[in-house]
Amino acid sequence: MTAAALGALALVCGVAAWRFTAARWTYRAPRVAILLWQALGLTWGLASTGALLSYALQPYGRGVLGGLGAFAASAASGGYGPPSAFDLPHTLALVTGLSLLSVLVSVLIAAGVNVLSARRRHRALLALIARDDPGMPGVRVVDHPGAAAYCLPGLRSQVVVSAGTLQLLSPAELAAVLAHESAHVRERHDLVLLPFAALRRALPWSQVVRDAQETVELLIEMAADDRARRFCSPRRLATALLRFGTAASVPTPQGALGMGAHNGVMLRVERLITPGPAVPQTLRAAGVVLAATLTVSAPFLWLVPL
Amino acid sequence: MSALLEADTANSTTRSTTGRNGRASLNGVKGLGELERSIMDILWAQNTPLTAREVGKHIADRDLAPTTVMTVLDRLTRKGFLLRTRDGRAWRYQPEATRDAYVAELMLDALDMTGDRSAALTRFAQAVSGSEADILRQALTELEDE
Repeated sequence: MTAAALGALALVCGVAAWRFTAARWTYRAPRVAILLWQALGLTWGLASTGALLSYALQPYGRGVLGGLGAFAASAASGGYGPPSAFDLPHTLALVTGLSLLSVLVSVLIAAGVNVLSARRRHRALLALIARDDPGMPGVRVVDHPGAAAYCLPGLRSQVVVSAGTLQLLSPAELAAVLAHESAHVRERHDLVLLPFAALRRALPWSQVVRDAQETVELLIEMAADDRARRFCSPRRLATALLRFGTAASVPTPQGALGMGAHNGVMLRVERLITPGPAVPQTLRAAGVVLAATLTVSAPFLWLVPL
Repeated sequence: MSALLEADTANSTTRSTTGRNGRASLNGVKGLGELERSIMDILWAQNTPLTAREVGKHIADRDLAPTTVMTVLDRLTRKGFLLRTRDGRAWRYQPEATRDAYVAELMLDALDMTGDRSAALTRFAQAVSGSEADILRQALTELEDE
């Protein structure tokens, strides 16, 4: 029963993610959409592994978590555990479920470690090379003619721009870019991206996962644009985006960029210049409630045997 | 894990060294960062590997204890920014790469051109080329004309 429910939940999440990559209302409510994506990702992971484990641990009759505990206890004591012995399908489900779970968890940890060490290296290099600019307190400048503006997230996040950026943009445009990057810092968007980047590394062949990651990347940029436009002119942010998009001072290697790179810039510019009608408050609330329900559902089914 | 512990010990020894020089422990860390920078700048400016004593002579702050210079050189070596070679009883230090190479490395990260779409940085926007760039260029002209 639990297995069927979790299986159905995993399936629903998969289909929802697939449909969700094509949704366009999300551009008008990127924050709600990001919340839904996170809920979908987490629920899919817990539901698909939970479905397998719940089926495999049925003989214990204690649900997923209780069953895992009982299995571990009986394995440790060397007993044979379940009242009825494991047959082939249950054993297969157990092995698959445990492997999938450990792959997902270890990939997430590995991605986290990777990102942390890349950031540490980047931070150390910045400390040796980047300079402060008296005109822009708190912003680090790297002397390179290319156009780059980014945030190095962490406990003490840093906003970095290249000298090329200072050449490329007007003061108002630069202010818009800095407001955008501060939004990333404030809302810790890097933490949102991490699990999706990790999942993509774990399942590189999956089109849904690839689309999901690219969609979440775009939504995060849109959320940062929305926050930035409260403090700067949206038009200046749009022109800054276009200048950046066309400033290929370093030749872009084939295949390094996502297919949607130019598309993403255009979509962001369009919604800055002509914002669509706001998504009604009730629909936003419905989205948040749906995300909360999803997030609770899988852990609930892990804990409580039906 | 052991690397973490080592870094911690290095930190505390350095802090106590700077403390002996009369610096407030509050700006100890920042002062250390500044010192790492100026020592790298000195070594980048020289074409030959220098000893700790020679590096010390180039530093404007004459009150600096020789042990502090050695500690910082040691830290930079451990971080992989300096190479050291034995010369008699002293070590000679030289940069592991040129300043330009490090700038290039930063920019590759910044433009996400390592190709792994890492989540380490959040970037403002990516540049495109060819016909895609033409579309953006046209949009820019339109926005500027209005």
